Formats: sequence, structure tokens, C-alpha cells
Amino acid sequence: MLAKVRGRAAYAVIVLLLLLVMLAPFEWFLARYTTLMIFIGLNTMLTVGLCLLMGYTGQVSLGHAAFFGIGAYFSAILSKTYDVNPWLAMGIGAAATGAFAYVISYPIFRLRGNYLAMATLGLGLIIYILFRELGDYTGGPDGMYGIPYLSAGGFVFDTPFKRYFLVWGLCLAMLLISQNIVRSRSGRALRAIHGSEAAAESVGINSAQFKMKIFVLSAVYASLAGSLFVHHLRFVGPQPFGFLASVMVVVMAVVGGLASVWGAIFGAAAIRILSDKVLLEFGELDLIVYGLILMVVMIFLPQGLFVGLKEGYARLRLRYVRREAEP
Amino acid sequence: MAGVTSGSIYALVGLGFTVIYSVTGIINFAQGEFVMLGGMISYIILDSTGLPTVPALLLTIAVVATVGAVLYLMAIRSARKASVVSLIIITIGASVFIRGVAGEIWTRDYVRPPYFSGDESLSFLGAYIQPQALWIIGTTVAAMIVLQVFLTYTVMGKALRACAINRAAAGLVGIDARVMALISFSLAAAFGALGGVVVAPLTTTSYSVGVMMGLKGFVAAAIGGFRSPFAAFVGGITIGIVESLAVAIDWGPFSSAYKDAIALVVLLLILLVRSGRLAAEERVG
Amino acid sequence: MKKWIGLLLVMLLLGTAIPLVGCAEEEVEKEAYKVGAVFAVSGFNAPLGTPEKQTVEMMVEQINAKGGIDGHPLDVIVYDTESDTTKCVARVNELIEAGVLAIIGPSSTGESMALIDIVTGAEIPLVSCAAGVTIVTPVEQREWVFKTPQSDLLAVQELFKYIDEVAGFTKIAIITDTGGFGKGGKAILEAQAANYGLTIVASEDFDTTQQDMTAEMTNIKNSTAEAIVCWGTNPGPALIAQARVALNITIPLFCSHGIANKKFIELGGSAVNGVIFPAGKLLVAGQLPNSDPQKDVLVEYKADFEEKYGDGTANTFGGHAYDALSMVVMALDKVGADKAKIRDYIETITDWPGTGGVFNMSTEDHNGLTAGCFVMIEIVNGEWTWLEED
Repeated sequence: MLAKVRGRAAYAVIVLLLLLVMLAPFEWFLARYTTLMIFIGLNTMLTVGLCLLMGYTGQVSLGHAAFFGIGAYFSAILSKTYDVNPWLAMGIGAAATGAFAYVISYPIFRLRGNYLAMATLGLGLIIYILFRELGDYTGGPDGMYGIPYLSAGGFVFDTPFKRYFLVWGLCLAMLLISQNIVRSRSGRALRAIHGSEAAAESVGINSAQFKMKIFVLSAVYASLAGSLFVHHLRFVGPQPFGFLASVMVVVMAVVGGLASVWGAIFGAAAIRILSDKVLLEFGELDLIVYGLILMVVMIFLPQGLFVGLKEGYARLRLRYVRREAEP
Repeated sequence: MAGVTSGSIYALVGLGFTVIYSVTGIINFAQGEFVMLGGMISYIILDSTGLPTVPALLLTIAVVATVGAVLYLMAIRSARKASVVSLIIITIGASVFIRGVAGEIWTRDYVRPPYFSGDESLSFLGAYIQPQALWIIGTTVAAMIVLQVFLTYTVMGKALRACAINRAAAGLVGIDARVMALISFSLAAAFGALGGVVVAPLTTTSYSVGVMMGLKGFVAAAIGGFRSPFAAFVGGITIGIVESLAVAIDWGPFSSAYKDAIALVVLLLILLVRSGRLAAEERVG
Repeated sequence: MKKWIGLLLVMLLLGTAIPLVGCAEEEVEKEAYKVGAVFAVSGFNAPLGTPEKQTVEMMVEQINAKGGIDGHPLDVIVYDTESDTTKCVARVNELIEAGVLAIIGPSSTGESMALIDIVTGAEIPLVSCAAGVTIVTPVEQREWVFKTPQSDLLAVQELFKYIDEVAGFTKIAIITDTGGFGKGGKAILEAQAANYGLTIVASEDFDTTQQDMTAEMTNIKNSTAEAIVCWGTNPGPALIAQARVALNITIPLFCSHGIANKKFIELGGSAVNGVIFPAGKLLVAGQLPNSDPQKDVLVEYKADFEEKYGDGTANTFGGHAYDALSMVVMALDKVGADKAKIRDYIETITDWPGTGGVFNMSTEDHNGLTAGCFVMIEIVNGEWTWLEED
């Protein structure tokens, strides 16, 4: 029942997104918000992975920006320094990131809670330091510029408008894939028992394998987002892959709601609009606001803002329905 | 020698992690921010009020200890039933929040409070050492001794230890776990601030130094196994020395800028080697 | 019913976003000239970006108080890059979308290099406030890019001339930061040393945010160098000065013009006494002879800036922003709101005394400064002292 209702809500969101995409060609929208929308799309790709990871494994990754960075640098270095086709570079980056995530998932998932968080944080920072210090390959703290645009046949993604469709097309595909995975038998079972591993194992669900699948998937999503990111900006530097960047992904996931596929769009969009449009006008309050969001949401709505609001609305409605039914 | 100096700071931060973890079972991801606050506030006080050094530094530590208490009361206690992951995110939120406030109300620039006693190097067995380095090491050792005495001989200290050993049993004999948690947060904040106060004149400080300090302190505490303040102290000195030895060796293409990565690699190794036992502990906890 | 929940939330999101964004982009008056600016107002390059931003704000006030540029109010959109090149690139994309006529900044060489392709593609003139000579060379590939600070090449030549002729050293150690400014500086130091009879006997590098320079400085101490040349921006060089004192290194320390602000003295404390570096004339504006063509502009800029922001606050970095915005304003005054014509006009600015020197732009030179725009400065008791040439 729950899954069905969620499904319907999801279709509503899809319809809305399609509307949004069709809305885009309007001159005013195009002129003002294309860049913003591209970043929202990229951040959604990052966030959806973490939403699922946190929701289904009950664990948090504090190094998610590193996967984003690996994809970004693979694309940048291969396509610029070695003249590899950008699409191929993107694929290699995603495959490498996925393989890396797969390998580290064995030792990493032997840890949990505080230690897992610290391990992901440490790993993320090591990768960040490598980006900074392997200057011969990565350009060091100043990064690399002049990265080519993506192109398909003779069609070059050389305007923000074209990249907007590319990013959102891929983003929607990722969201649909994610939805299929969480609707699979393992996903439903895990959600039904709120991620309790013991309970899942007892009904014959291989929860370890499911966790690993989500972890690798989220790494691949992040890597693809990183590739698109560098082909959009045509620049890559280490700063967007540091600790604060990983925290930002957590902020978006927390706003989007844990275990929620479609909440990721909400989280990414809310934070991106906040950071790029609202806070920019109000000076340097960004860190304060993000810190407050993390604390307040986790204290009062541990399931995340989007999911929390949804559940709150459902409860309200239930009360309303009951009252109606009483007399 | 440089290793012992930086190791002392890691030890002070590691102490904070250990105290909070053993009393409450929480890893406080905002621990490094206390170091930042110590450095920044001491600079602000010394720069703007003209107080003499000692009262200014004591005032700094008192302010930061209050911040620690407020952090516990506002954020941790309101989320009593929160899961481990929620608590991690809450303390990270606190860390980012504190950092943002510091950058907003003071400065986002690097600052350096004055040395405690000049910057004339002292010659010592052919090596040169800055007096500030001696201050750092001396303060850390003194703080260790004070803490040990506090934990061993005072009622409050004994209550803290009781809580660390068994929270439920401590409750049965009338020790209020929430008061103890409050004390542990203030204590951890005070030690972090002390570290920040003594190290800032040597390395300069800014609103953003907290993350690295927190991580190094965590490594120190992890080497010590979160068992006792003394273990964290040993852990801190160890990681400091390992870092400075690694930098002194010529690794070819690996420049000394990899220094920060060394502590992180040590962290991962410790976590992996101990993963089995740590997991068991968490389950019991 | 429940499907509306998701719908509602997304609507809510869009509903709140669009009006907010809308109101943020209010149109001041018709025909305002929109100019973009990106400076590192926070992060490790804040000592550069902050005075640049303050200068621009001050100038916009002054210009609009006088009735704007030929009747058009001047609107400068200033964004903070947070010393983060990626943010800088993203912000510049936004400025281009916002339809600015020209962009001034950014503060650092690394950030400027990353913008070259973007402004060239968008055909928007960029007047950088960073020193690296590679920002404007090779000039054929820098059609839309100018810069106002004196090139690091000139700074190296001035410094080497001093080390060679006045100080009389032949063996030097260099220590450079790994960022764009230090990397560019290192290449020039290595290329120019032989021209001044200097041998580089030790070469170290450091990360600008590194907190301990002991290892690098120990290596230098163990070399045969007679002097140290440090190329970087704060806070690194201040820590190097301190490590030099801590390790009891007795050979003198020379720095780049990247430390020409009070922050360096504040961070370094007494350890920076005796440091010698080349810098723009702004630091010694009051001591310049009246015959100096820059004297008037320097004294006036310094007085205006310090009246608004406090005594002793003016420094050369703010001056670079003054020069950059002045050029754009001159162009707007002459040719109006046409990006290509603005570019063409800036390229023809000649004999114009700015704070950085007397500019002579041309199709071969998008910086326009020549030797003689630097003075050598020594820090004595925490004060800048002009080492006047006899």
C-alpha cells in the first residue's frame, strides 16, 4: 500500500519535472536560471545516492564529495591531457569509481556508526589531499582549465541550455533506476523493517549485498555528476571535493529525506537556491544556516525534512479523516 | 621536537574526544572547533581589550567551556533518543555552525595572537627551539596531571569515571548521567580551547582550522582506544612524532604537504585493524 | 490525495524560489551600466580580495554621487570567490548570464587563468587584478584579457637586480607556493637567475595553507645559499619568516610583492623585520617626489581609502582594483555599453598614470607596465621603509 501511494506521488513528480523541462525554453527562465538548474541537477545526482545510503543502511558517508571528485578528475585528465573521447573518459571514470567503491566497501562496512563516519571522512580527505598535491596530473591547488565540451556526433554541448537538457535527462534516468532498485524485493523488505539487519537476514534478505549495491551505485552517480560538472564548467580544481563539500551533500540529503528518491531533488534544489540566490544577497551567513539546518532537522525530524513534512501531512490528514468519520 | 609540540595539541584534542566518548558514548565531531575557538577568542581578547596574557587566556578557556556546555544543552540533550547517525550529523552541524559564526562575527582571515614570551629562539643541545613550543609541551603535561588528579581524587572526578565504566550502575548510586555529560562536554571544550590558545601564536589560526585539528585529535584518541586520558595523550604524541619523522624523510615525489595525509592513513589503519572489536563495542554500547 | 503531497512540496519550492530570485535582481534604473567583479573576499586570499572589494564599493559611491558615467549610473555586481577557483568560475558564469559589460578581478593568478577560456568564449573583457604574467601572455590567445598589477616578471627583475647589485649575493635558495602565483614565480625565478649571475642552490615549495615550514626551511638551512627568496601570498610567507627565526637561519629573506600588506607584518610579528621585497609605489606614496607622474593618483587614492576604511589600510591590492575599474569606467565613458568596443578602448589606453604605474596598453601588451613601477621596501620595526636608490 505504502509503496503504491509513493509510486503515485512519484509519478506526480515526474509529470511536474517534465513540465519544468518544457517550461525551460521560455526566454526569462533560460536567461536567469539555466546555470542554477544545471547545478541542481548535478547535486541531485550526488544527493540521491546519499539519501539511499543513509536511509537503507542507517550509516552516513562523510566523504561523498571524493567520489564526485574522482569522476571529475578522471574526465578532466583523460579528456584534456590524453585526448580521450569525453564520453569514454566519463565511462572510465564511473567504472573506476565504482570499482574503487566496491573494493573499499568490504573493509568500510565492517565498521559502523561513529567509526564508519570517521573512516569515510578520513578517506575523503586523503583523496582531496591527493587532488591538491598530485600537481603534475591534477594541476594542484589551481586545477586545470580548458577542458573540452561533451559532444555527440557533430552536436556539441556548448551552451548552458543544451547542457541543461543533458544533465536533467541523465538525472531523471538515475532517479528512475534508483526507484527500481529500492522497489526491488530486498529494498521493500529493508524499508519495511526500517533497515534492521537482523530482521532482514531472518527473512532471507542479503542485506550486506544490498548495502554494497547502494554504496557502489551512489559512488557511480557521484562520479557521473563529477564528469558532467567539469564538462560544464570546463574547469576542475580541488576545492569542491573537500570536507565541506561532503557536508553539503549530507545537508542536501538531510533536507531531502533519508531513503527518499524524489526528496533528493527537493534537497538539492532547496540548498542550491539557498546558497546561490538567497544567501548570496545576505552576506556570509551560509555556514551558519547549513549548521542550523543539520542540527534542527536532525533533532526534530530525524527522517529528513522532505520525508518528515510528508509524514506530518499524512498524520494531519489521518486525524482529519478520523474526525470526519466519527459522527 | 616539532613532533612533540604538534603531538601535544593532538593530545589535548584527543583528551576531549576520550572524555566525552567514555562518559556519553558520543563522538563529538565539533571537538576541533573548540581548538579554533580557543585560538580565535584569545586573539580577539588580547587584541581588543588589552588584558594581560594570563587572565585573557583563562577567560578564553572559560568562554569556550561555556560553549561546550551550551552545545550539550541545546543540541545533544534535545535529541536524547537520536540514533548514532543523527548524533553524528548533529555534532557536524554544530561544528559547521560554530565555524560559520566565528567567520561571520570575527574574521575569515588568518590571525596570530602574540607569543607568550617573545620569539627569540633558545639554543638547546645544538638544536633551536621556540619558547612557545616549550609553553605548548609544558601546558599539555600540566593539563594531563591536573586532569588525572581531578579524576582520581575529587568526588566529581570519581563520579565521571563511574559513569564511564557503567552508566546504569552509576545512576543507581545517585549519579546524574546528564550532569556528568554536561561536565564532560565543558571539560572537553576547555581542553580543546587550551590547545588552541597555546598553539595559535606558533601556527597562526583562522576560523577554518577546526576540521584538521578535530581529525588529528580523533586519531590520537583512536590510538589510545578511547580508554583513558593518558592513552589519548600517548596517542597524540605518537601521531605528532610519526608526522614529523615522515616529513623529515625524503620521499621523492611526495612533498611534505602530504603530512596531513599521514595521520589520516594511520586513522584508517587503526580503524580497520580494530574494526572487529570496535563493532562489538558499539553493539554493546 | 497523497500524490498531491509531493506535488505540493515541489510547487512550494518553486513558488518560494522564483519570487526570491526575482526580487534579488531588481533593476535599479534604466540604462545602468552593469559591471561584474569577482574577488577573494574570504578564504586565504582575503587580504587581497577585501581591499579590492572595498575599493570598488568606494569608487561606485563616488562615481554615482557625481552623476554616474555620462548620466548612466554604475552598477557593479561584486561576488566573493571564497579563494575557490571553482566558485570563481561558477560566479563568472552567473555574471555573464546577468549580462555584465565587463568583469574586473579575480584576485589570484590561478583564478584568472581559469577564466581566460570563459571570457574569450563569451566575448567579455576581463581586467584581472592578479600578478602572473601568464594571464596576459601569449597575447594572441588573450584577446579579451587584461591585467593591472605589475607582472611578476618585473618584480623578479627588480628583486634580482637588488640582490645582485646592492646586496651582492650569488647563491640563493628559492621557496615558492604551489598555487598559481608561486608556480608562475618559480618558473620566472629559474629563468631569470642566470641573467643576474645568480645560482639557485636549493628549491623548496609549500602549500599556502600549510602550518609548519620547519622541514622546508631546514633543507634551506643545510644548503650553501646566501639568501632566501620566497614567492607566495599570505599566510605562508609569514610562517616562513618565523621558521627562519626559529631555526636561527642568519641569511636574509627576500619576498615577492605578494606580501605587500599589513597582514604580513601582523602575522609574522617581529620575525618579518629585515624582510626586503619589491612593491608598488603606493606603500611609499607620501615620500614620492612631486615629479613622479603617479604621485597625485596615489596620494588621492590613499587619502580616500583611508578616510573611509581607517588609517594605514590602503595597500597595493586595492590599488589594482582601482586601476581595473578606472579603465573600464573610462571605456564606458567613451564608447558606451558595447563589450567589443570596451575591449578595443582598453587596448588603446596610453600614458595613463594608475596606482600600479603608468599604463601603456597595446595590442602586444595587455598589462602596459614597464620597469620602474616598483620600489624596493624593507620592513624595519614593523614599518615599510623605502630603500631609495641613489
